[in-house]
Amino acid sequence: MRPHVRFLSDELLQQILDEARDLLAAVGVEIHNPAVVDLLHAGGARVDTATGRVHLPGDLVDRALATAPAAFRLYDATGEATHAFGSGEVTFTPGSAAIYILDEATHAVRHPVTADYVRYAKLVSRLPHIASQSTAMIAADVHEQIGDSYRLYLSLLYCEKPVITGAFSAEGFPVMRDLLVAARGSAESLRERPLAVFSCCPTAPLKWSGATSQNVVDCARAGIPVEYVSMPLAGFMAPVTLTGSLVQHTAETLSGIVISQLAAPGAPALYGGSPAIFDVRYETTPMGAIETMMMDCAYSEIGHRLGLPTQGYIGLSDAKLLDAQAGWETGIGATLAALSGIDSVSGPGMLDFESCQSLEKLVVDNEICAMVRRLRAGIEPRDDFPAAPLFQELFREGHLLIAAHTRRHLRHEHLFPGPVVDRAQRSRWLEEGSRPLGERARAEVAHHLADWEPVRLPAEAQAALTERMSAEARRFGMDRLPDHAG
Amino acid sequence: MDTLAQLAEMLQRGEDQEVLRLTREAVAQGLPAGRILNDGLIAGMNVVGERFKRHDIFLPDVLLAARAMYAGMEQLKPLLIRDGVPARGRVVLGTVQGDLHDIGKNLVAIMLRGAGYEVVDLGHNVAPAAFVDAAEREGARVIGLSALLTTTMPVMRQVVELLRERGLAGRVRVIVGGAPVSADFAREIGADDYGYDGASAVDKVAALMEAR
Ligand code: B12
Repeated sequence: MRPHVRFLSDELLQQILDEARDLLAAVGVEIHNPAVVDLLHAGGARVDTATGRVHLPGDLVDRALATAPAAFRLYDATGEATHAFGSGEVTFTPGSAAIYILDEATHAVRHPVTADYVRYAKLVSRLPHIASQSTAMIAADVHEQIGDSYRLYLSLLYCEKPVITGAFSAEGFPVMRDLLVAARGSAESLRERPLAVFSCCPTAPLKWSGATSQNVVDCARAGIPVEYVSMPLAGFMAPVTLTGSLVQHTAETLSGIVISQLAAPGAPALYGGSPAIFDVRYETTPMGAIETMMMDCAYSEIGHRLGLPTQGYIGLSDAKLLDAQAGWETGIGATLAALSGIDSVSGPGMLDFESCQSLEKLVVDNEICAMVRRLRAGIEPRDDFPAAPLFQELFREGHLLIAAHTRRHLRHEHLFPGPVVDRAQRSRWLEEGSRPLGERARAEVAHHLADWEPVRLPAEAQAALTERMSAEARRFGMDRLPDHAG
Repeated sequence: MDTLAQLAEMLQRGEDQEVLRLTREAVAQGLPAGRILNDGLIAGMNVVGERFKRHDIFLPDVLLAARAMYAGMEQLKPLLIRDGVPARGRVVLGTVQGDLHDIGKNLVAIMLRGAGYEVVDLGHNVAPAAFVDAAEREGARVIGLSALLTTTMPVMRQVVELLRERGLAGRVRVIVGGAPVSADFAREIGADDYGYDGASAVDKVAALMEAR
């Protein structure tokens, strides 16, 4: 049995869904995109010409839910399946789009540059419990107009794992799609074997900007999966109660599903989000708050009830350093995410309200992910019954260290963390330099980078990527891309 | 307790109706509008700001006090103009071009208004020229720029440069804020200051208004 946690009773869950559907029908959504308004109108939505709001009747929502896929896969750069969303497996991806990178040696933060991004992508390729990469930082050494596509370019060149990403504008999308097509070989094979998921954010409350709603439509039509990332900020841009914010999250996410499914029935998507409480003392949006995590788990429950795979911004921290707070907030979040069965968990490596990535934290979080994946696998009987023979062996031999039963099951039953997790005797720990966590993590990062293996993408594909990216860079006055091979 | 002390007290409690009544009462008593503003409303708001920083009270309490402040200000405005009392000043505020994040900017606007400033809010996705035009048109002494994306920060530099080109640098001051922005960045682009939240925005704008 997989251990499982639930936050919503059946009645409450149904009530939240009903209220959200009422909101969509009665209050409607505000959509700053005439083409998307037309799409919805043609699909049966009522457009209030006086207010500009688009009202989504229940049957439209039902039709959308009926065509939204319950499961879909992602494939890595070599074309191998890596993710089966909707299968119950919990997967992890680094927190996305950080503004800063934390320099573990100096404890200073700075805007990342190309070299940081390359180190990041190489590192992710080595971390076994981080199933996908995300375009986790914005490089400051290229023109800002290519900030969103450039990170995807580097990701595809340095790591084979599928990419969780997103465009910063409507114009950003075609470039990023071209890069994915270049990596895959053709638009058709990209559709058959999705290589990336795009985050698309509605704006609280109940609004879609021109750019993000266009991204939803463009992705649906290209067969690129999206994750809707609704962000009610409880007490500020959403009701202060977790239940009230869940109603808002549900309505916003359902409206995303309707847009996708009208644009292309069957379009794959994750029922995602990044809600948070609003801290009225500091004016911040804490991702490590327990209430934030509770909302994540609860909306994932709603998504699963609707039969859809889910995503959540959970398993990250608001701490500024790789300290105890970073560990506990990430650990509690990842644990709850695993126990809730969130299909794609966005968080590892992230600090400071989704603002700061740390490679050292990523290595530590990889261990947290390993632990909670073990947790999720639960307790199962394995050649354990009848029990008496094994105990007879134990009494006879005095131990079970070399028993066949032990040898058969040791590596599945027990998790063996990497060197960032300290399990040494104190004396050994002293002997080996009494190194604190940050130092151990730094050494691990260095090891992984040294072990990096080049991406097995055909040379023509790599050249096509560089050609497309360079063309885009030239449009913004950059004659050449920063040197990244060094 | 005299009327102005009561006014400050009621403002702190966010009692807008009481603030309205007491402001009228103070006017009826013949107190100068400038004194009512400074020793009543702003005195109360200063205490609110201090208590907020100490976490004695929370943001909703500050916003309630701000709402009470508006109630009093509405009464005083015509009198302040009549008496030639200089207003606290005007701030042009907006989120820069390419950026849709406006929650933080909106909060800064509320806090500045609560502190008695007039805020011309240009919204989000605002072009550099629009900031400068508005500052000229409205006679604003401060422009507040917000950016939440790494990719939109450079627009802030464009605003500073445009002010310089139009010969307004120094006369119109620029303050910047938002998650990717820092005091170092402000210095680098030649902005006058940086604020990390609504409360700090109020203090910094006050200092910029004083600076000549
Ligand atoms: C809420 C949010 C959104 C909401 C915004 C809703 C709205 N109406 O504003 C939604 C969901 C719509 C959204 C959309 C997107 N977002 Co967003 N968003 C956030 C989030 C989680 C919180 C921002 C916030 O509102 N905080 C609360 C307020 C109160 O704080 P604040 O904004 O920082 O403002 C305070 C201070 O900074 C300061 N301040 C702010 N402005 C000013 C101005 C002056 C003059 C002064 C003195 C002070 C000051 O005072 C404010 C009050 O305390 C941040 C994470 C983060 N770390 O900031 C990401 C974040 C900013 N978003 C991000 C991204 C990538 C996006 C999208 C591109 C995602 C997508 N693919 O669709 C789109 C943006 C599209 C666009 N072109 O703008 C990234 C930016 C990455 C980067 N390196 O640039 C972040 C960092 C998250 C992440 N890591 O992915 N987002």
